[in-house]
Amino acid sequence: MLSQYLEAIEGVATYPIISLLVFVPFFVGVVIYVLRMKKEDEDRMSKLPLN
Amino acid sequence: MTTGKEYAELEWPIDIAITLIWVVLAINVFGTVIRRRERHIYVAIWFYIATLVTVAVLHIVNSIELPVSLLKSYPVYAGVQDALVQWWYGHNAVAFFLTTPYLGLMYYFLPKAANRPVYSYRLSIIHFWSLIFLYIWAGPHHLLYTALPDWAQSLGTVFSIMLLAPSWGGAINGLLTLRGAWDRVREDAVLKFMAVAITAYGMATFEGPLLSLKNVNAISHYTDWTISHVHVGALGWNGFLTFGILYWLVPRMWGTTLYSKKMANLHFWVGTLGIVVYASSMYWAGITQSLMWKQFTAFGVLQYPNFLETVTQIIPFYIIRALGGSLYLIGALVMIYNLVRTARQGKLAAEEEVQVPARWDEAPHVRENRHRWLEKRPIQFALVATGAILIGGMVELIPTFLVATNIPTIASVKPYTPLELEGRDIYVREGCYTCHSQMIRPFRSETERYGEYSKAGEFVYDHPFQWGSKRTGPDLHRVGGKFPNFWHFMHMDDPRSVSPGSIMPAYPWLFTQDFDTAIIARKIRAMQTLGVPYPKEYDRQALTDMKAQAEGIAADLQKQNAPADPSKEIIALIAYLQRLGTDIAVPQQ
Repeated sequence: MLSQYLEAIEGVATYPIISLLVFVPFFVGVVIYVLRMKKEDEDRMSKLPLN
Repeated sequence: MTTGKEYAELEWPIDIAITLIWVVLAINVFGTVIRRRERHIYVAIWFYIATLVTVAVLHIVNSIELPVSLLKSYPVYAGVQDALVQWWYGHNAVAFFLTTPYLGLMYYFLPKAANRPVYSYRLSIIHFWSLIFLYIWAGPHHLLYTALPDWAQSLGTVFSIMLLAPSWGGAINGLLTLRGAWDRVREDAVLKFMAVAITAYGMATFEGPLLSLKNVNAISHYTDWTISHVHVGALGWNGFLTFGILYWLVPRMWGTTLYSKKMANLHFWVGTLGIVVYASSMYWAGITQSLMWKQFTAFGVLQYPNFLETVTQIIPFYIIRALGGSLYLIGALVMIYNLVRTARQGKLAAEEEVQVPARWDEAPHVRENRHRWLEKRPIQFALVATGAILIGGMVELIPTFLVATNIPTIASVKPYTPLELEGRDIYVREGCYTCHSQMIRPFRSETERYGEYSKAGEFVYDHPFQWGSKRTGPDLHRVGGKFPNFWHFMHMDDPRSVSPGSIMPAYPWLFTQDFDTAIIARKIRAMQTLGVPYPKEYDRQALTDMKAQAEGIAADLQKQNAPADPSKEIIALIAYLQRLGTDIAVPQQ
């Protein structure tokens, strides 16, 4: 039944590929951000539960 | 009453109730996060957000079912598809109900208890995104060597192995938070519980990827090895982290100190011993039984052809397991007593003065970075996290639903007769799948014991699938025609009468309750809606056919002097059991 709905969506097979292509750059971006993060920012955030 | 899907047994009205209460919880949590006074959302809360959105997605997708009465429904998926959706759900129910919220708790309470910030905040960011992204793909590792398409099995294995990285990243981050505080771990029961909890998490998440390797899974699947694995997680990680948090939290909530440190230490040691006894007995039982299943003699026949032999062999381990579980329970009771005494000696600080400064100033931040932007916005954050978890689900589920070749149909496989369908519903209701699988893996040791291995096309009318994941009793997929009706009749009344030493319970009520004839027409119509090809208007014919088949089975039983009544549930169940696995003819060797 569900497959009938999915089949009705045109080009649904490319959706997973598109979403994968969205996630990979996002993840690479997170890694770059984390590596370039400032030490004082990191310290401040990590101390949040203690303050 | 059960839907027959593991961890998703609850029927449709309860599913709806769960959905509603989850929405209430989400509104409350998001409302709190939005009203927060600290600009940055601390990493623990990211894990809670991921929990909220993912559990919602999993619960809804796996619970789509067609009701036929107030307490009975059929899932819209069948066979292989149902199995894939179920384990996509089932594995991530573990991940997003027992792992992500607990990681959130770890990231908050461990720094609190150790009185030092988390070892690496950068690592926690990587940990979060990689964990939620990878976890969602790993479900098919529950279906290795089954009739699931091979590519999906491999996908599950690959992502399960990759999952080792974020899991250990988190565990190491937790343990290293204790660096320089290990002297306090020796003294402080709270830290002791937490250190063991994180260690148990590390062990369970190391074992998980190993169990996802096909060659390891060939030995572990259907045995008590899995039971051991999950209890290291449940008792060690979830249980001990909870205990640690409670020992930290309760004295602070009642503005006092813990009633007895000695008792807390006793709890720690009794609990740890309980886990060790429980887990090691189940490892031993699982591996013993698996090797017995696979053992051939020098003449090439099964050394233990009687399944029961492999069960009676491991009964001592079940006794040891009960001992381990009791130790763990005793520890928890000691804790409850200790905490009640603690609360009694203090006074509940119901209204705590807010000590945080007023909301952050709204002045624009000096240099905005995209992830920083995200870290401040709970709703956008939730959307991105949802996107991350949906990706894995889509890649896994869509191809199986779409590609016809993934589930080859077999011309000789026909829908169940009305009586068999009713019998199947009784099979589901009684939870037979918790101890019996219906999935013969393509190993010689299994085809020798049970018969031809199971094919994907044999399950296309199974709403829900009943493959099972544990063999406390033998596989039943080819049980049809294996024994006479009379054997089943006697066996369900008293399993020991035909299988001396069996540990299966008796099902006496099947002999006194009438099977349901009132809604069989509705059940047939529901099946037709779900795509099962009964002839047009067969619902009108169903009851007549049902009674005729029941009369036939009862007459056969009466020939053996069995007191069989054609209206009782046992007749329907026998009809179903005798049908199982008989659709494809197996050439006699």
